[in-house]
Amino acid sequence: MNQPATLTDAYLDLAGSVTRTPDQVKRSRNLGIAYFVLAVVTLFVFARGDGGTSTFGLGGDSTFGVPSIPLAWICAVSFAALGGVQISRGTGRWQSALIAAAALLFVFTLMAWAAAGKQFSLTGTLHDALKASTPLVFGALGGIMCERSGIINIAIEGLLLAGAFTSAVVGSVVNIWVGILAAMVVSGLLALMLAWLAIRFHVDQVIVGFAINFFVLGVTSFIDSRVLTRNPEYNGTGTISQWKVPGLHRLPIVGPILFEQTFYVYVALGLVAFIAWALFKTKWGLQTRAVGEHPTAAGTLGIDVLRRRYINVTLAGAISGFGGSWWTADVGRFNENITNGRGFIALAVVLVGRHHPVGALMAALVFGFADALALKFSFLNTGIPSEFLELAPFLVTLVVVASVGRGARVPAALGQPYEEQ
Amino acid sequence: MELELRGITKRFPGVVANDDVNLTIRSGEVLALVGENGAGKSTLMNILYGLYHADEGQIYVDGEPVTFESPGDAIAAGIGMVHQHFMLVPVFTVAENVVLGVEPTGPLGRLDRAKAHDQVEEISAQYGLHLDPEALIEQLPVGIQQRVEILKVLFRDAKIVVFDEPTAVLTPQEIEEFFKIVESLKASGRGIVFITHKLTEALRIADRISVLRRGQTVGEADPAEIDEVALAEMMVGRPVQLVVDKEPAQPRDATLQVRDLHVVDPTGRTLVDHVDFTVHAGEIVGVAGVQGNGQTELVEALTGLREILGGSVQVDGVDLTDSSPREVHQAAVAHIPEDRQRSGLVGAFTVAENMVLTRYHDDQFSDGIRMDWDTARSTATTLVEQYDVRTPSIATPAGTLSGGNQQKVIVARELSRDLRLVIASQPTRGVDVGSIEYIHAQVVLARDAGAAVLVVSTELDEVMALADRVLVMYRGRIVADLARDETTHNEVGLYMAGAKQQEPA
Amino acid sequence: MTDTATAPAPGDATPDDASGGLVRRLLARIDTTNAVVLPLLAFISALVIGTVVIALSDIDKLKEGDIGGILTTIKDAYLALPKGAFDGWRPLNETIVATTPLLLAGLAVAITFKAGLFNIGGTGQMLMGGMGAVWVGFTMNGPGILQVPLGILAGMVCGMLWGIVPGLLKARAGVHEVISTIMMNFIAASLVLYILKTDAFVREGRNDPISKLVTPEGRLPRLFGYLDRPELRAHIGFLIAIAAALFFWWLLERTTIGFEIRAQGANSSAARYAGMRPGLLIMTSFVIAGGFAGLAGASEVLGTQGRATQGFAGDIGFDAIAVALLGRSSPSGTALAALLFGALQAGGQKMQVDTGVPVDLVLILRALIVLFIAAPLLMKAIWRIKAEGAIAGPSFGGWGS
Repeated sequence: MNQPATLTDAYLDLAGSVTRTPDQVKRSRNLGIAYFVLAVVTLFVFARGDGGTSTFGLGGDSTFGVPSIPLAWICAVSFAALGGVQISRGTGRWQSALIAAAALLFVFTLMAWAAAGKQFSLTGTLHDALKASTPLVFGALGGIMCERSGIINIAIEGLLLAGAFTSAVVGSVVNIWVGILAAMVVSGLLALMLAWLAIRFHVDQVIVGFAINFFVLGVTSFIDSRVLTRNPEYNGTGTISQWKVPGLHRLPIVGPILFEQTFYVYVALGLVAFIAWALFKTKWGLQTRAVGEHPTAAGTLGIDVLRRRYINVTLAGAISGFGGSWWTADVGRFNENITNGRGFIALAVVLVGRHHPVGALMAALVFGFADALALKFSFLNTGIPSEFLELAPFLVTLVVVASVGRGARVPAALGQPYEEQ
Repeated sequence: MELELRGITKRFPGVVANDDVNLTIRSGEVLALVGENGAGKSTLMNILYGLYHADEGQIYVDGEPVTFESPGDAIAAGIGMVHQHFMLVPVFTVAENVVLGVEPTGPLGRLDRAKAHDQVEEISAQYGLHLDPEALIEQLPVGIQQRVEILKVLFRDAKIVVFDEPTAVLTPQEIEEFFKIVESLKASGRGIVFITHKLTEALRIADRISVLRRGQTVGEADPAEIDEVALAEMMVGRPVQLVVDKEPAQPRDATLQVRDLHVVDPTGRTLVDHVDFTVHAGEIVGVAGVQGNGQTELVEALTGLREILGGSVQVDGVDLTDSSPREVHQAAVAHIPEDRQRSGLVGAFTVAENMVLTRYHDDQFSDGIRMDWDTARSTATTLVEQYDVRTPSIATPAGTLSGGNQQKVIVARELSRDLRLVIASQPTRGVDVGSIEYIHAQVVLARDAGAAVLVVSTELDEVMALADRVLVMYRGRIVADLARDETTHNEVGLYMAGAKQQEPA
Repeated sequence: MTDTATAPAPGDATPDDASGGLVRRLLARIDTTNAVVLPLLAFISALVIGTVVIALSDIDKLKEGDIGGILTTIKDAYLALPKGAFDGWRPLNETIVATTPLLLAGLAVAITFKAGLFNIGGTGQMLMGGMGAVWVGFTMNGPGILQVPLGILAGMVCGMLWGIVPGLLKARAGVHEVISTIMMNFIAASLVLYILKTDAFVREGRNDPISKLVTPEGRLPRLFGYLDRPELRAHIGFLIAIAAALFFWWLLERTTIGFEIRAQGANSSAARYAGMRPGLLIMTSFVIAGGFAGLAGASEVLGTQGRATQGFAGDIGFDAIAVALLGRSSPSGTALAALLFGALQAGGQKMQVDTGVPVDLVLILRALIVLFIAAPLLMKAIWRIKAEGAIAGPSFGGWGS
C-alpha cells in the first residue's frame, strides 16, 4: 500500500498479460470445424442444380444480377480457407468480425441460390425485416429496463399479448390511439404485478413471468372465444398505414428500407437511442444499473432500491404494451395467441444484445431478417418445405444464443430478491 | 456530536441478536466494539445505519431521539459506514461509486462526469488516499477498494464513521496505514466506531472498548488498564487459550509436491503463476496472503475444481494434475472449502445427507447405483457424537445449524477417514471461539496422525498459530517459504504486501 | 453482516426420532402447511378469480343486468366440473384418460425442478415421443406383446433424444433452459407438421396432417376392456404413469444419481465440490425428463387417440408445470395434482357443453395456480394464516450459467 498509484498500474499490467487457454483453443477449433461444415453444405446444396442469375432489386428500377453457382463456389472456398486458418492458428481479435462477414456471405449465397433465375427485392426484404423486428425491439427494451434493475422478465410474451389484445378491444370501442394508450396501461399494470409479486412476496421471478404469460394467454383466449367471436364489433380497428418521411424516403436504397415504415419503426429507433443515452449518461441510469448490479450498495447510499425497481418495471411493461399494439396496427384485429412466441424471441434478443439497447436492436434485426427471409422464400418456390421456414426464426434464435451463451454478462443481482428490513 | 444507543433489542426468528444494548459514541474518539462472531456487533451497527429496525430501544443524536427509517436518514444525520463486505458496484468506476445517490447533474438528469471526477479527486488528495477516479472497481486490489469506501463516507461528510471488521483484508503494514487514516479522521473531529474481534488491534487504537457477548453489552474497558487475556475472557465468558496447543512437527516424506503450477482464468489472465512447493507428511504448512492473490485458485487447482494450464501436482507420488474432484477425494485427500454455505454444505439437506456429501460414492455407502441410507445414518450419528456437532437430530437441515456447527459437520466428514493430505481453506471463518479451538485441535490431530496439512487463511493470526511452515502468496506467486519459528508477523506482512521477495531457491 | 447469519440456536423444535407414535411421526414428517394447506388455498383462490372472469366475460347478461343469470351460469359451470369428472364410469374414465399424460409430463417437469432446472419443453418432448411411438404403431402388425412395448420404448427414446438438446445446450454453451426449451417446442411443432405430411406418415387419401392409424395390436389395452363398453377409454397408459411415479421416487430417494440430482438442484457449487459433475447431471435430468414426456406422448397416440395429429400434445406440457409445482415435485404430490387437473380437464369439457363457458377457463386456472403456489407469502397474507417453516417458493436463480 506504499505507492498505490503504481500498485494499481502494475495490477492492470498483470491483467493485460493474457495467455490463450486450452478452452479458447478448443473453441477456436470448433469454430473452424463449423466453417468447414458450412463449406461442405454450401458445396452440396447451393452449388448444385441449374443455377442461373439471381436478380436483386434495390428499390425502383435499379437491380443487379449475381450468378448463383459461382457465388456458392466463392463462398465454399472462402469458408474452407477461413476454417483452415481458424483451426491452425486462430484469428485472434479479428474473430468476431470474420464471423460476421462469413455470416453475411453465407446469407447472401443462400438468397442467391433461392432466387436463381428469378427476381428478389433486396430492399423489400430488408424493409420487411425492419418491420418484423419492431415488436421484438419494444419487447426487448422492456426486458432491458426490467433486467437492468435486477428483475428477470420472462413475461415479455404475456405483456406483448396483453398489449395486442387491449389495443384491439379498446381500439375497436373508442379508437386505435386510445387503444394504444390502454395497451400501455394494462401491460404496465401487469408488469407492476410482476414486480410486486417478485419484490413483496419473493416469488421466483422466472415462475411469476411464466405464470403471467399463461394467465394472459388464458384470459385473452377465453374472452376471444367467449366474447369476441360472437361480437365482432369489439374486434376490428383498421390498420395504421405507413408514413413516408418527406424527402428522406426518396433516398436510394436507404429510403425504401428505412423511411417508408409505420410510426412504430420510428418510435422504436428513437426509443433505442433514448434508453441507451438514459442508461449510461444520466443519474437515473447510474442508479438503475447500481440497483441491478449491487442493490445493497445502492441501498446503503440511501437510494430507494425497491421504488426504483417498481417504477422501472412498470415503465418496461408500458413499453412492451406499446409493442403489443403493433400487431393490432398491422393486422387490424386480435387473433388468439397472435404474438406466437415473439415475446420469447425478444427475451433471447435481450440476452444476445447483452442488455444494451443498441445490441438488442442489432439482435432484433437479425431475427427480423430471418422472419422476413422465411416469408420471402415461401413465395420463391425454393423447394424448402414451408414448415422449415416457419421454424427458421426459432432455430436461428437457438443457434445465436448458443454461440453467444457464456459470453453474455448479466446484471449481477438479476433475479435475487432484495431484502429491506 | 454525540450519538447514543439506549436499550436496543433486535430479535430474528429463533435468536435475540441484540438484547438491551447501550452504547455512546462521541466526536473525536475511537470506540472499539469487540465480540466474537455471532455476538451481534454487525446487527447493532446495521440498526444504527438504518438497515435494520430495532424491536425496542431508541437512538439519540445530541440528546434528541431520532429514528432512521433507511440508510438515507442515517447519512443525513452524519453517520457513515464502511462495511465488512464492500458496498461497491464492481463494474462502476471509483467516481461513479462515490457519487452514487448524490450525483452532480446537468439538465434532464444528465450526469456531470467531469464534476464528479474533480470532486472525487479533490477529497482523495485532501486525505492522501491516492485514488484514480476513473479506475474500475473490479480491477482494484481489496486494500484500494477499502479506500474507496472511506472516500464514500468522507464525500458525504460523515461525523461518525463506523468500520466493520476493516482489517480483515489487510496486511500488517496496511493495517498500520489504516490506523493512520483513522487517527487523521479522529483529529478532524470525527467519531469512530471500530468493530473487530481482533483484540490486539482494539487495544492498540481505541480510546474506549465496549464488549458484546451473545447480544448483550457485558462491559466497558479502558485499553490502558486491561490486557488481551482479560479482554478475551470478557468477550467469550470463560478463560480462553490464545495459542494452539501442539507439539513440534515431525516432518517425514514429501506428500504433496506441486511443480511449476500455472492456472489462468477463462480470459487467459494468470491467477497462479508457476508455483512450486512441497508439503511433508506430519507437518502443517500455512499459506498466508491478502485475499485475492491466487490462494482460492491454488486450492481449486489442487482439488480438481479448476483446470490446470501447466505444471504438475503429485500426492505420495501419484499424479493428480488433471484429476477430477472425485479422483482427488479417492486419493485420500480431504478438502475443507473456504465457503461452507456456498460449497461445503447443501443447506437444504439433512445433517446425515451432508455427512456423506463427498463420500456417498464410497463402497461403504453405495453399490454404485443404490444408496445404503442405513449405513449413512448410523455413520452420521457416530460422527455427530464424536465431533461434538450440536444438532437436534441428524434429520435436521444443515442450513439451520449455527456457523460453528456447520463447520464441524464439514470437518467431521472430511477428517474422519484415513488421509494422506488435508487441504483446509479458511477453516474457521465466521465461527465462534469454542469452535475455532475445536477445529484447530482437529487439524493438529490430523497432522499427528501422519497426514500432510495445507492450511490457507487470510487471517494471518490463524496461519501463524497453526502452521509449522509458512508460505506467502502474492499476485499468484509464492514469494516466501519460512519456518514458523524463525519468522514474525511483521516479516510475513512485508511479503504479503509485496514489499519483500525471497530469491527463488 | 456475518453476525446475523447465525441461525436459530439448536435445541428447539423438530421432534425426536425415537419418540412418538407412528401417526405423529408421519404428521411430523409431512409439512402440512406447505404440502396440504397452501396448495388447497392456491386452488381455492384460483377458482375465486376464475369466477370473476366468468362473470365479467358474460357481456350479454351483463348488458341486461341479469345478475341472477350470471350466478346461475357460475353455479352450473362449477357443478359441471365435478360431475363431468367423477359421476359415473364414463366420467371416471375421462378423468383417467386426462390424468395419464398430465402425470407423465408432470414428472418430466418435476425431475428438472429437483435438479434446479425449469423444463418448459414438455410439449416438444411429448410431440417427438408421440412421433416415434406412432411410427412403430402403424408400421408393425403385431403381435401386441411385442409391438406395444416397442412402441412405448420408441416414444420414450424419441422424447429422450429431444430432451437431451436443451441439456446439452445448457451444460456446454450455457444457454438458459427456459429459452432453449421454448424454442425447441416451436421447432418440434413445425417438425411434426412436416413429418405428418410425409408419405411415410400421412394417412392414405388425406391431405391434412394426420398419421396412419395405429394397428389394433399396437394400441394400448383398455383398462376396462373386460366390461366390453367401447366408450370407456382408459388404457394401461395410466398404469405406466403410476409405475413412472414409483420409479421417480426410487430414483430420487434410493439411488446415487438421485442424490446427485437433488444436490445439484439444491446447491450446484456444493455438488461440484463433492465430486459430482453438474454438466452431466443437467443432461441426465433432461434426458430422464424427455423420457417421461416421451412416454406421455406414446400413451396419447397409442392409447387415447390411436393416431397422431398436429396438436395431439395440446397444452399438456404447460399444464404439467402447474402439476409439478402444485405437487411440489414429489411423486405422490405430482400424482395427486395430475389427478386434480385431469378431473378439471374432464369436467371442463362437460362445462363447455352444458353451460357454454369455454374450456379455456382451465388455462386461466392453471396460470393462477402456478402463481399462487409460487407465492406462499401472498397466500399467507391473503388468507391470514400463520405458518412456520419454509416460506420460500421454488426457485431457479437467474440467467447465469
